[in-house]
Amino acid sequence: MKKLINDPKAVVDESVEGFGLAHADLVTVFPDPKYIVRKDAPVAGKVGLVSGGGSGHEPLHGGYVGLGMLDAAVPGAVFTSPTPDQILPATLAVNSGAGVVHIVKNYTGDVLNFETAAELAQAEGVEIRTVLVNDDVAVQDSLYTAGRRGVGGTVLVEKIAGAAAERGDNLDAVAAIGDRVNQNVRSMGVALSACTVPHAGVPSFELEENEIEIGIGIHGEPGRHRIPMENADGITDRLLDPVVSDLGLSSGDQVLLFVNGMGGTPASELYIVYRRAAQKLAEQGVTVARSLVGNYITSLEMQGCSITVLRLDDEMTSLWDAPVHTPALRWGV
Amino acid sequence: MGLDVGWAVRWLTLSAQAMAEHRVELIELDRPIGDSDHGENMDRGFKAVMDKLSEAPPETPGAALKLTAMTLMSKVGGAAGPLYGTAFLRAATALGDSSDVDAVTLAAALQAARDGIVVRGKAESGDKTMVDAWTPAVEAAAAAAAAGDGDVRKVLLAAAEAAEAGAVSTDPMLARKGRASYLGERSIGHRDPGAVSSALILRAAAGATE
Repeated sequence: MKKLINDPKAVVDESVEGFGLAHADLVTVFPDPKYIVRKDAPVAGKVGLVSGGGSGHEPLHGGYVGLGMLDAAVPGAVFTSPTPDQILPATLAVNSGAGVVHIVKNYTGDVLNFETAAELAQAEGVEIRTVLVNDDVAVQDSLYTAGRRGVGGTVLVEKIAGAAAERGDNLDAVAAIGDRVNQNVRSMGVALSACTVPHAGVPSFELEENEIEIGIGIHGEPGRHRIPMENADGITDRLLDPVVSDLGLSSGDQVLLFVNGMGGTPASELYIVYRRAAQKLAEQGVTVARSLVGNYITSLEMQGCSITVLRLDDEMTSLWDAPVHTPALRWGV
Repeated sequence: MGLDVGWAVRWLTLSAQAMAEHRVELIELDRPIGDSDHGENMDRGFKAVMDKLSEAPPETPGAALKLTAMTLMSKVGGAAGPLYGTAFLRAATALGDSSDVDAVTLAAALQAARDGIVVRGKAESGDKTMVDAWTPAVEAAAAAAAAGDGDVRKVLLAAAEAAEAGAVSTDPMLARKGRASYLGERSIGHRDPGAVSSALILRAAAGATE
């Protein structure tokens, strides 16, 4: 294992400390229990937005703390959900009295820990709503699994719900728009190589030189199936087709197309994937009205990408365009 | 003779030792069907429990288990933190403030722990989770408590053996809960790491009576 680290057990501590130093104009980092809050939190009269999850997905979630997006982010150990003793103080720190929305990716651990923290916060008199993100079409949604995972769609939920809170929407309205984004977004990912969790020291799965893993999540966990390597257009089709069919897109729909790198893929390759996906959507009469390309929700140094499509309406589009100023996303400011 | 706070502290100490010894094994079990964090999280959590025990020594077995519950819930994260936290909390409640736990109360506390895991995780037997270690363990414990001479050690040995067999029984199962469920058929042939850590904890409980 070759990594730019000092001690596998200090990776999250040192990384979050550095993040706080780099973005001291935007965020305040609390080291123990660990959470990150917007510099000017709590913002008077505004609904607070808190998200969190395992570390290793940077810039998610800390990179999205700031104007127009999250009020707080709670980083757990690498690929491990944070604990209620972090989520609770983060929630209290951003509550202006207007209540707090928890944005939770649908993983057993995240759900259980946020549920506990929400109960504790409510016991302290803070109104909580939870938006569960489960956009991964690679997982069959049935009674017989833990349900679909939250992946790329999370970034879009955080941006659009964040803009709704910033313009002054109330607690129920912010949660409702978050749910609406989740209902209209689908994702699917591929890995060309695995990642190595620092404290494990070995790759989380093995792929032969000529193999790829289709339907991966963001925790280095294996995907649905393994196939021989193909070219970029072939892989793009394998990711995009199930997303389009699950969303039930039809001619005339307007979408946001988000091609996300898993951490170890150059931007040039992401644009090759974007090119094919945009061409295919255009062939189907779907208008790509907005786009996002880059490493926004990663899995350490994994090579690969995910494709996320969000069906837009006018309100979601205008909330997407609204000003945002965070360490990882900034426009209109 | 029943179980006192000395037993509870020995149990937690042996559990912490087991998590440290089996840290790598639990990570390896978690790697193919999870996300390689179970051994690390359990080791970190029980080390924190040891710190808490020395900071504020508990006076009853129930107090020791409650302190364990609160520490695991706040320090472990992932699914294991809330699940084990709930298990220890339910067991602590079942023990109440008794300072001398008999076999029947012990079996009831193990049952309460299992029921807490089921309620929290919404998993059933056969889903390839820690429930597959806990269910046979509480059944064996109840049988030993009902049949026996009130020997708490026999109850805990029966629970530990059944939990170990239960962990092995997860090998051919198709995961239906937790992160392994994303793999579908590919989860078959792997042992559930949560069932293994559960068996280690129950073996430690028996070991603490020696």
